[in-house]
Amino acid sequence: MNKKSPSEPLLSVEHLKMHFPVLGGIFRHQVGKVYAVDDVSLTISRGETVGLVGESGCGKTTVGRSILQLYQPTAGRVTFEGKDLTRLSRKEMRDLRRDMQMIFQDPFESLNSRHTIGNIVEEPFVIHGIGTADERQQKVKELLRRVGLSARARTRFPHEFSGGQRQRVGIARALALNPKLIICDEPVSALDVSIQSQILNLLLDLQQEMGLAYLFIAHDLAVVKHISDRIAVMYLGKIMEYADADTLYAHPAHPYTSALISAIPVPDPTCRRKAEILSGDVPSPIHPPSGCVFHTRCPYAVDQCKETIPELAAVAGGAGDNHQVACIRTGELRL
Amino acid sequence: MNDTPILHVDNLVTAFDTEQGLIRAVDGVSFDVRAGRTLGIVGESGCGKSVTALSIMRLLPKPHGHIEHGRIMFHDQDIATLPADRMHAIRGYGIAMIFQEPMTALNPVHKIDRQLGEVFELHFPEMDNARIREKSVALLKEVGISEARERMNAYPHQLSGGMRQRVMIAMALAGEPEILIADEPTTALDVTIQAQILDLMVKLQQKTGMAIIFITHALGVIAELCDDVLVMYAGTVAERAPVKTLFQHPRHPYTLGLLSAIPRLDNTPKTRLNTIRGMVPSLYELPDGCRFQNRCPYAMAGCSIAPPPLRQIDDNHWVSCYLYR
Repeated sequence: MNKKSPSEPLLSVEHLKMHFPVLGGIFRHQVGKVYAVDDVSLTISRGETVGLVGESGCGKTTVGRSILQLYQPTAGRVTFEGKDLTRLSRKEMRDLRRDMQMIFQDPFESLNSRHTIGNIVEEPFVIHGIGTADERQQKVKELLRRVGLSARARTRFPHEFSGGQRQRVGIARALALNPKLIICDEPVSALDVSIQSQILNLLLDLQQEMGLAYLFIAHDLAVVKHISDRIAVMYLGKIMEYADADTLYAHPAHPYTSALISAIPVPDPTCRRKAEILSGDVPSPIHPPSGCVFHTRCPYAVDQCKETIPELAAVAGGAGDNHQVACIRTGELRL
Repeated sequence: MNDTPILHVDNLVTAFDTEQGLIRAVDGVSFDVRAGRTLGIVGESGCGKSVTALSIMRLLPKPHGHIEHGRIMFHDQDIATLPADRMHAIRGYGIAMIFQEPMTALNPVHKIDRQLGEVFELHFPEMDNARIREKSVALLKEVGISEARERMNAYPHQLSGGMRQRVMIAMALAGEPEILIADEPTTALDVTIQAQILDLMVKLQQKTGMAIIFITHALGVIAELCDDVLVMYAGTVAERAPVKTLFQHPRHPYTLGLLSAIPRLDNTPKTRLNTIRGMVPSLYELPDGCRFQNRCPYAMAGCSIAPPPLRQIDDNHWVSCYLYR
């Protein structure tokens, strides 16, 4: 891995909060809030992959979008290479977007169906006024080749491609301006297994070659674990646990992480589920439970969990700040 | 265990008339379903697994889809040629089906009690309203819906995805079917909710002894739930085997490829995964011979001449590949 300066992270998110208003009544005034992201902190170093995993509605996508300032965060700081993104002007932010790109779950919806693949991949150069028309065409060819598409693809339209190929186009477009960070929001969730592995390999190769950092957002822990150096597990807008990929899987310290791991069907019929099935559904982020947000589903919850909001803190006897958990019963639990 | 299959599908061919010509989405598929057992049908998008299910239910989109050839023997009746009115009597009682997205399968403007009640009215016309209500509540409880009496007055949008799938299962079970076809029932659900639904299905099967045909693209779910597995590729059967055999001794190059392409929790992070090169051929441009040949690492000259027949290579283990003669 080519981490140039491990001391200073490429991106750091501090106490990020993103609350969306809920409007109601005849005058459409605010009647409540969706606590989509509620005090999330994380850092990403150069060339590193941080995985963000959690179930639907946990706020993982909102974290990604708030980092890119597609939403104006309610509170908190997002620092990229020492610059506080929440204080930048629109012009400054636009320039910075060269360094931070995003790829999406459904590459069909994120590609303009009326544009050719050539136009789509060329667009970042046009927007940022880079190169002559000939140079741009040359770049587009290179990018397409890099993601495993032929140069002939330039004249074709998104609908002529399969899901996996469209995701490659999305990746080519994200790579165009040589970014330092790519936010990948469920990039392989819509793809078939055999294609999913092709895209994951491509992302790994590109990272090796270009020293890219990824924030990899997904609901599938097996996929996240495969591609990430470190993983943050989110539940109802908060980070429950944060650890190295291997540590998280081998020594989960949060009951939610442990339940998430045991809920994943293992492709081996000889080791069928050791039943650790969480009851109930994820509560609404409009009325998150008091205290620990997970206490309503937690098999280990005690009365105090309803009152105390657990802080994310280093796991005792763990890997220091490299393994953090938000649970008041850490230490006593044997997961 | 009773070894006579309750459902016997023999060389099923299902075709669709499209503007670009006739395509065979299912082309020569055969399998058996036995009481109390779960058959998994696994494959990637477009492999024909859902069309196989819709053919059995005789719910193919009209007028384009039709069963072109083959038999679907449910006990001693051939579903493939049964008149529509006699098929009505099988749907629900004999064979019931649940779908991936319960929101689209449930009627958004009716409360749960009405939708569930309707199913009872249809299957048991002699039942009075009080009895229907009682049965409905009991059934909701059985599928693990807490506060079942209150939920009866809920609209589908007031329920979570997992709850809606439980309601769908309740509706499918109302007619006490012998076979439940589940088409990707947990794909739209979160893993912890998926675990609840799979657990529920296993418990219900143990209680009722029904057979389940479970259609999915997820090999993990297959390993966890199924007794027998059918691996489909581009409308044909690649391999058919008991679940342990399939995972421990996969034989078809496609099965091998699929199994090695899944990221596993015990993998070393950030290592390259095995892949299957290329992609599934379009049903409009199928190659002569084996449909997997363009992606197969073992493809030989003979593979492009004629499609490989499904051969038995071991007890209940069938493979369609020229590597095994």
